[in-house]
Amino acid sequence: MNVIEARGLRKEFTVTKPAGRLRRSRETVPAVDGVDVAVEEGELLGYLGPNGAGKSTTMKMFTGVLTPTAGYLQVCGLEPVPQRTRLARRIGVVFGQRTQLWWDLPLRESFELARHIWRVPAAEHAARLRLLRDRLDLDGFLDTPVRQLSLGQRMRGDLTVALLHAPRVLFLDEPTIGLDVVSKQAVRAFLTELRDAGDTTVVLTTHDLADIERLCRRLVVIDHGRVVHDGTLADLHARYGSRRRVEVDFEVPVAVSFDMAGVSVESHAGDRVVFSIDGTVTTAGALVARLSESGPIRDLRVTEPTIEDVVAQLYASPSAEAARAPEPRG
Amino acid sequence: MAGTVGIYRRVLAAQMRSQVTYRASFLMSVTISGVFAALDLVVVLVLFGVARSMGGFGTAEVLVMFGLSSTAFAAADLAVGNLERLQFYVRSGLLDGVLLRPLSAFGQLVVVDFTPRRAGRVIVAVVILVVALARADITWTPATAVLAVVAPLAGAVMFSAVMVATATVAFWWIDSGELAFSLTNGGRDFTSYPINIYGAAMRRLFAYGLGFAFVAYYPALALLDRADPLGLPGWFGWVSPAVAAVAVAGAALSWRLGIRHYRSTGS
Repeated sequence: MNVIEARGLRKEFTVTKPAGRLRRSRETVPAVDGVDVAVEEGELLGYLGPNGAGKSTTMKMFTGVLTPTAGYLQVCGLEPVPQRTRLARRIGVVFGQRTQLWWDLPLRESFELARHIWRVPAAEHAARLRLLRDRLDLDGFLDTPVRQLSLGQRMRGDLTVALLHAPRVLFLDEPTIGLDVVSKQAVRAFLTELRDAGDTTVVLTTHDLADIERLCRRLVVIDHGRVVHDGTLADLHARYGSRRRVEVDFEVPVAVSFDMAGVSVESHAGDRVVFSIDGTVTTAGALVARLSESGPIRDLRVTEPTIEDVVAQLYASPSAEAARAPEPRG
Repeated sequence: MAGTVGIYRRVLAAQMRSQVTYRASFLMSVTISGVFAALDLVVVLVLFGVARSMGGFGTAEVLVMFGLSSTAFAAADLAVGNLERLQFYVRSGLLDGVLLRPLSAFGQLVVVDFTPRRAGRVIVAVVILVVALARADITWTPATAVLAVVAPLAGAVMFSAVMVATATVAFWWIDSGELAFSLTNGGRDFTSYPINIYGAAMRRLFAYGLGFAFVAYYPALALLDRADPLGLPGWFGWVSPAVAAVAVAGAALSWRLGIRHYRSTGS
């Protein structure tokens, strides 16, 4: 069963722009322009896109904060806005800067309040809190007022509040943004565990490529309000033809001039040549075998395609065309 | 239902605890809020130092209107006056966090920013009303006694509805604070005096269009058993609960539409 189902989801905003000295023109801008997404129970979905692509707007529609302009949307079998309070009990949300913690009170009190606000039975609350305290290592700052917590500590506190009522879906908007390396790893390790346990569906937006590589089995990429990719990371690499690179240092400067299917020269400076190869046509081994004919090789390095390259390529590509010909889900 | 009340009580308690450090200033601000209410009274008395009557009404009679209006306004201000902060929630996008909790957004905003110091004004206003009622020439019957209690309550509901409705303008127009302020405080000043002293256009808009005549003026006429100099029927003094109900319906509609129009902020 799908926990989230969106079809033709659309959100328009009206913006007014000055036109002339006193007049203003009104214009309707689609922030989300017909998104179709279905998320199954227990999935961890990465929702990606450049700034202004419509990620946050979609998340806010999923969670009942924003009212869709058009389209079909159900989350946990509910219509988010009309059934907002019922939905709020079934989902957990961490939106970057919007904390659910009480600023002037010790962290512990926010948890206690959350128990009442989300109506969690005391025993269940205690058990879940014990688990989360342990996993997210909260004990050191339970009695610290929230305003004195570091960003990383606060994020762990926010995650705890979002999970105390055992939500079916957890929505995370940029959960690792601004965190130091240690906190990032703690959050990531925790989310991995949550994903592997399989009873919480997670939807997260991120710009952090390590988050994507470690956590997300499925990626939905959105640009200009439309879904431009829906599939695994491997699909993404294959589709956007990410290429491995082979950097070769020759003993002496060489002239490289040969034709080999699936290989192109990226740069050539003296004795160093960088090739990029299309993994579907040839292999690094075949290239190296061929190269040794050109001259003695001193050093050699193969680098895997990074998600950075793929995403950059994706964001740069004319998205309108990609959106018009969406590929089937992988 | 009882459970919901309990939750709000806890939320309120938490809010109070986080303000506990400001306890000294709390007492001070209760006092100041009371002093302001008393200052409004001084304005009325000064006016009567100059003029013998106002629109054909004497000091004691106008003070009944003033007492009804002040009590209604102060009670409304205590209950929902903090919704003026809605524009801050909308502008900053903090309303997101409110909408993510399984509680009514309206209930949360009323409770979370509850400002008990506004009680100072209610206390002073009630004292003024009681003194004014005692000093005025009122024939006390069960009917007038009921009206003396119902009128300020209905007026408080009226003012609350106006405060909520004007606060929701923030959903469409972020810098709506001035408008809200002039409508609510303007409404209080308007209702403090007999409406026949205002020009016809203003009367049509504020007294009848927005219903402010039913907060103090008509109930006061009924209490004082006086005919309306404007020639409108005597039962007008008794319909303020109905007018308040219409105002509440309007405010509720405006709130619903506003929440659906909420745009949040970028990420």
